[in-house]
Amino acid sequence: MPEQLAFTIEVFLNGLMAGVLYALVALGFVLIYKASGIFNYAQGVMALFAALTLAGIVDGQVPFSHLINAIFGTDVHHFGWNVPAFVAILLTMVVMIGLAYAVQRLVFRHLVGQEPIILFMATIGLAYFLEGVGDLMWGSDIKSIDVGLPQGLNMWIDETTFNALGYGFFIDNLDIVASIIAALLVVGLVLFAQYTKQGRAMRAVADDHQAALSVGVSLNFIWILVWSLAGFVALVAGIMWGTKSGVQFSLSLIALKALPVLMLGGFTSIPGAIVGGLIIGVGEKLFEFLIGAPFLGGATENWFAYMLALIFLVFRPQGLFGEKIIERV
Amino acid sequence: MKDQADGYVTADGRQIGPVVMEMKNITLRFGGVEAIKNISFDIRQGEIRAIIGPNGAGKSSMLNVISGFYVPQEGEVWYKGARRPAMKPFQVAQQGIARTFQNIALFEGMSVLDNVMTGRLTHMETSMFWQSIWKGKAEREETENREVAEKIIDFLEIQAIRKTPVSRLSYGLKKRVELARALAAEPSILLLDEPMAGMNVEEKEDMSRFILDVNDEFGTTIALIEHDMGVVMDLSDRVVVMDYGKKIGDGTPHEVRNNQDVIDAYLGIAHD
Repeated sequence: MPEQLAFTIEVFLNGLMAGVLYALVALGFVLIYKASGIFNYAQGVMALFAALTLAGIVDGQVPFSHLINAIFGTDVHHFGWNVPAFVAILLTMVVMIGLAYAVQRLVFRHLVGQEPIILFMATIGLAYFLEGVGDLMWGSDIKSIDVGLPQGLNMWIDETTFNALGYGFFIDNLDIVASIIAALLVVGLVLFAQYTKQGRAMRAVADDHQAALSVGVSLNFIWILVWSLAGFVALVAGIMWGTKSGVQFSLSLIALKALPVLMLGGFTSIPGAIVGGLIIGVGEKLFEFLIGAPFLGGATENWFAYMLALIFLVFRPQGLFGEKIIERV
Repeated sequence: MKDQADGYVTADGRQIGPVVMEMKNITLRFGGVEAIKNISFDIRQGEIRAIIGPNGAGKSSMLNVISGFYVPQEGEVWYKGARRPAMKPFQVAQQGIARTFQNIALFEGMSVLDNVMTGRLTHMETSMFWQSIWKGKAEREETENREVAEKIIDFLEIQAIRKTPVSRLSYGLKKRVELARALAAEPSILLLDEPMAGMNVEEKEDMSRFILDVNDEFGTTIALIEHDMGVVMDLSDRVVVMDYGKKIGDGTPHEVRNNQDVIDAYLGIAHD
């Protein structure tokens, strides 16, 4: 096999893996947007917040320690224990559900029936608020997350491909695990939406609020449910990103990469978020490898996704899987 | 005859039960406009009760009060012998009051069967945990509810379109699916907001037949709004007539038809 082709395939595979993470963030957007029409700008920050909380709990950090020390003149930082990863993940999920409840109760309950732009502004406010709270609660230093996910070069793939093709593919174990977890997550969500009582109620609310009320569905409950699910997805995304590149505040910027993903996949489609994420991931890696680096001086990964989204906006504004925009007179 | 506390027997021999819902002195305002002015009436177990009146009379507002979409400023709603506190529409639905909408509110993206199944939501009690695991009680419950849904689909003769997405159906069929969804809740009271609006003669006849059949077969109490006088007179046991938010008549179709106020409201009156 020619070396150039082998390289290309490797880049393609790595692109797929990167795309999985974009897809996870985009998935959180889609869940909330479908059920409530709110474009949740804070989704990326939710991933950051979840990762911070998880890292903090695992380390046994005292939440709001700076604040407590400043007010009471104490000097507390850590409880002095380490929480097992599994328990910490459960606790973080409890925090995310609490957050979902608070967001619905304190913010969006009072904004029912408002213009989409007002809801959007509220989520921008939420994003900055959450970033601040995360900072205050857990401190601003870069943390690492280790919940026991395998990391590093997958030797088996490396050896097998080397023996078969004469070139060993470099695939990170973490990426493989991330892909599998993301796939399970999506399948689980789809099954939940399709076959359970709450899933059916969720789809009902996504479709028509009035009708959902008339069959006895509480909109409030469903909105708390989707914010919790989005929180769960954010937690998964936060664990992946955090494990890969450390928990830092730039993590919230990945929300921006999810935007072109949504434009590609459509704002209302769960499969769209996945496929869109994979296309962006593969697209930017391949473009960089084949065109960007050799001809354009590199660093095309920063803008490739947005350019692709622009092209899509011109030719297919509803995205690949979005609902068709039909104007009737 | 309607003064008997425990019900009456209709002309065609159906036994009508005691009062199941009573509206007492309901007044509803939108800003300065009084949509409903001090109206009282009752709905009895097993009857077909119509609310009629010209456009803008406040019929739909009245239905929205019953189903909890509007909360009246004054007056009381009594349901099954107890005063109903102010509640959200979904709570009203959970109490066994199902409704349809004048402008059809179906879940357009779902199939007919899925739409009818949403009507069963109030009958599913398994917790989210067991629902997610999807074994044991959740599975049994789904099967039971599915059976009820299928029965209603058969009853309303929409088997052929069970799996069709609702958005692809004709107007008349959508109205029927909406009826099926409301019926799937096995409601104590079924509220129909202009079930025949915008239908052709044949569709109207079908719908009338289904309404009568539903009442006959399941003994469902039905309150409906309609402004086609002919249809209402044939269908209903008792009729409330509204005009400009006021009640101007209440009684059997025969009584209402001969009520001078009603005749004036419908045919116009010479003001001098």
